[in-house]
Amino acid sequence: MAIVNLSGVRKSYGALTVLRDVSLAVERGAVVALVGRSGSGKSTLLRCINGLEPIDGGEVVVDGRRVEQNEASLRQLRQEIGIVFQSYNLFPHLTVERNVTLALSLVKKMSAQEGRAVAEKVLSQVGLREKMAAYPEQLSGGQQQRVAIARSLAMQPKLMLFDEVTSALDPELKEEVLKVMEGLAREGMTMILVTHEMDFARRVADQVVFMHQGRIHEQGPPSRLFAEPETPEFRQFIASTLN
Amino acid sequence: MRTFTSHDILFLLQAARWTLALSLLAFVGGGLGGAILAVGRISRVRALRSLASLYIQVVQGTPLLIQLFIWYFGISLLGADLSPIVAAAIALTLYSSAFFAEIWRGAIQSIAKGQWESASSLGLTRFETLWYVILPQSLRPALPPTVGFMVQIVKNTSLAALVGFVELARAGQLVNNITFQPLPVFACVAVIYFAICFPLSALSRWLERRTHGHRQLVRGT
Amino acid sequence: MSYTFQFGEVLRYWPLLVQGAINTLVFSVIAMVAGLAIGVVGASCRISSSRVLRAIAGAYVEVVRNTPLLVQLFLFYFGLPALGLRLSTSQAAILALTFNTGAYSTEIVRAGIESIHRSQIEASTSLGISRLQTFLHVVLPQGLERVYPALASQFVLMMLASSVVSAIGAEELTAYGNRIQSENFRAMEVFFVCAAVYLGLTYLMRVLLAAVAYVAFPRRRALGSV
Ligand SMILES: Nc1ncnc2c1ncn2[C@@H]1O[C@H](COP(=O)(O)OP(=O)(O)O)[C@@H](O)[C@H]1O
Ligand SMILES: [Mg+2]
Repeated sequence: MAIVNLSGVRKSYGALTVLRDVSLAVERGAVVALVGRSGSGKSTLLRCINGLEPIDGGEVVVDGRRVEQNEASLRQLRQEIGIVFQSYNLFPHLTVERNVTLALSLVKKMSAQEGRAVAEKVLSQVGLREKMAAYPEQLSGGQQQRVAIARSLAMQPKLMLFDEVTSALDPELKEEVLKVMEGLAREGMTMILVTHEMDFARRVADQVVFMHQGRIHEQGPPSRLFAEPETPEFRQFIASTLN
Repeated sequence: MRTFTSHDILFLLQAARWTLALSLLAFVGGGLGGAILAVGRISRVRALRSLASLYIQVVQGTPLLIQLFIWYFGISLLGADLSPIVAAAIALTLYSSAFFAEIWRGAIQSIAKGQWESASSLGLTRFETLWYVILPQSLRPALPPTVGFMVQIVKNTSLAALVGFVELARAGQLVNNITFQPLPVFACVAVIYFAICFPLSALSRWLERRTHGHRQLVRGT
Repeated sequence: MSYTFQFGEVLRYWPLLVQGAINTLVFSVIAMVAGLAIGVVGASCRISSSRVLRAIAGAYVEVVRNTPLLVQLFLFYFGLPALGLRLSTSQAAILALTFNTGAYSTEIVRAGIESIHRSQIEASTSLGISRLQTFLHVVLPQGLERVYPALASQFVLMMLASSVVSAIGAEELTAYGNRIQSENFRAMEVFFVCAAVYLGLTYLMRVLLAAVAYVAFPRRRALGSV
C-alpha cells in the first residue's frame, strides 16, 4: 500500500492556480524526485503533503490518514513526516543539540538523557557529532543542512520531504548533503525530494515526476524518463538543466 | 465640596493652553539645542564630540523631574528667582535637546557614507556637504521620530505641575481638591492629553509608514 | 550672588539616600518584570486572531502612550479608592509604573515577535511542536533577543521616570530628596546629589540588564567568544 496518496489535489493562491488535479502515489521505501521549472508548483505540492498548505480540492492521504487542517491531527501527522527546507530553518538561538532535542522533549516527552542519546545518534549519522554544542551560525551551510536533516531524523519519521535542500549551497558543500541523503535512501527511507540535481535524481530516485504548470506532466523511472522523454516540455527541461 | 461640572471642564481646557504653550517652548528650544548638540556629536573636533556626548549622557541618565527641581528650587537659592514656567521651560528645553540630538544624529548617520565621500570628492567642504547633501536626505528618516518625541514633550510638561505651574495636570489637581471626584476629573485630564497626543502619535506612525523605513520602536513613559 | 555649596549638609543624610536609591531600584525591577510579562501577553493579544483581544490590547497601548505617567499615577492613587480599592503609595506607584511600561513593552515585544520569519514557525510545527510551544520556545526567545536593546533602554527610561511617583509621596529617592531639602533648605545640593545617584542607578541598571542578557541569551555569549 502506498504511504502517500494524492488524488485530484487542487490548490490556488487567489486567482493563481498552482496545483491542478495532481494525483500521485508513493510506495513505502520509494525515492521520488520532483523536478520542473521554478514556479511549477513543486514546493507547494510538498507542503500540501505535510499540511503546511491547505488544499482547495482533492485529497491527501498519508499512512492511511487523510490530511486535515486541524491542529491536533496535523501535529500527529507531522510527527510521521520530516521536512527539510532550502534555507535550513534551524533554530538560531539554540545549540545544534537542542535543535535536535527540542521536539523530542516537547512532543515525545523524552528526558534530557534520552534526547541526548538520540541527538548523538542522528548527528553521528550526518557526521556532525562533534558539533553538538555549536550554534547554527557557527556552521557552514552544508553542516547546517545536515543538522536540519538530523533534526528531522530524530523524530523517526516514516517519510522525509526535501525541498531543494542543496540549492543554497556551494558545489563542494552540496556533495556532503547529497551523500547523507543517498545514505538515507539506501537504508530504505521513503523520500520525496524536489531537486535540480539531475545526476542525483537519475542515480538515487526510483521515480521521477516532472511538474509543469501545476500538473504532473510526465513520470516514470529515471532510466526510461531521461532516456526517452515523451513530452517536448520535459525534453526542453532536461536540455536546460544540462546548461 | 461641589460636583464636577462643565465649568471645571472649561477650566481644564483653559489650563491645557498652558500645556500647549509649554510644549511649544520646549519643542522650539529643544529643537535648537538639539541641532547644536547633534552637530557637536558629529563634529571632527574631539573635545566638542566629548562635550556633547557628556551632556547627553548626563541629561538622559537623570530624571527630568530632578532637573526641573534643580532649576526651580536650586537656582532660587543662587538669588535668581525663577517662576515655575521659566524653570519648566528651561528644564524641558535642556532635556528635550539631548533627545533631539540623539534622534537627529541617528538620522544623519543613517545616510550612507558614500554620500559624504562622493560630495567631498566633488570638492564640497564638510559643512557644505552636511548642509546641501546630508541634511536634506536625513529629513525623511528624522521626521517620524521627531514627531514621536513631541508626544513625549507634551506628556513631560505635566511635571511642571509638581513645581506649581498651573497647566493641565495641576489644574486637574486643583479641581480634584475642590470636587473630591478624582475619577472623573483625572479621566477628563487624561482625555484632554490624549486629544493632544494621539494625533501626533498617529502622524508619526503615518510618516513612518510613508518613509518605508523599518518601524522605529517607541520608548518612553 | 554668592552661594557656598555645602554638600556635607546633604551627605549627612546618606542612609536616607541609600534607602531611597534601593526603593527606586526595587520599584523599577518589579515594574520591569511585571511590565515585561504584560508586554508578552499584550503582544500575543496584538497579534492574535481574535479581533476583541487585538482591540483591547491596542486601546491599552494607545491610552498609555498618549497620556502622562503622572496622570496615570493620579488615576490609580486617587481614582481607585473611589471604586473601593485603596492602595498604599508604594502599591499605586508600582501599579502605575507597571501599567505604563507594560504598554511600551507590548509594542516592543510585538515588533520582536513579528520580526521572526514565518519559516521558523513552519520548521517548528513541521516537527509536531504545537503552536503554543512554538511560540514559547521558538518565536518568543528569538523575538525577545532581537528587541532586547530596546527593552533595556525602555526599562532605564522607566526607572528615571519613576521619580514622579514622589508626587503621591511614594517612598523613593526623589521623595527622600524632597524631605531632606525641606529639613536643611539645601535644595541645590540635595538635587545635585540625587541626580548623581540617579546617574549611578542608570549605569547600574545597564550593567544588570547586560548581565541578564548574558544569562538569558547564551547564543550571544557563544558567538561573542568565537
Ligand atoms: N504563499 C504564496 N502566495 C502566493 N503565491 C504563492 C505562494 N507560494 C507560492 N506561490 C506561487 O505559486 C507558484 C508555485 O510556487 P512553488 O510551489 O514554490 O513552485 P516551485 O517550488 O516549483 O518553484 C509560483 O507562481 C509562486 O509564485
Ligand atoms: Mg520551490
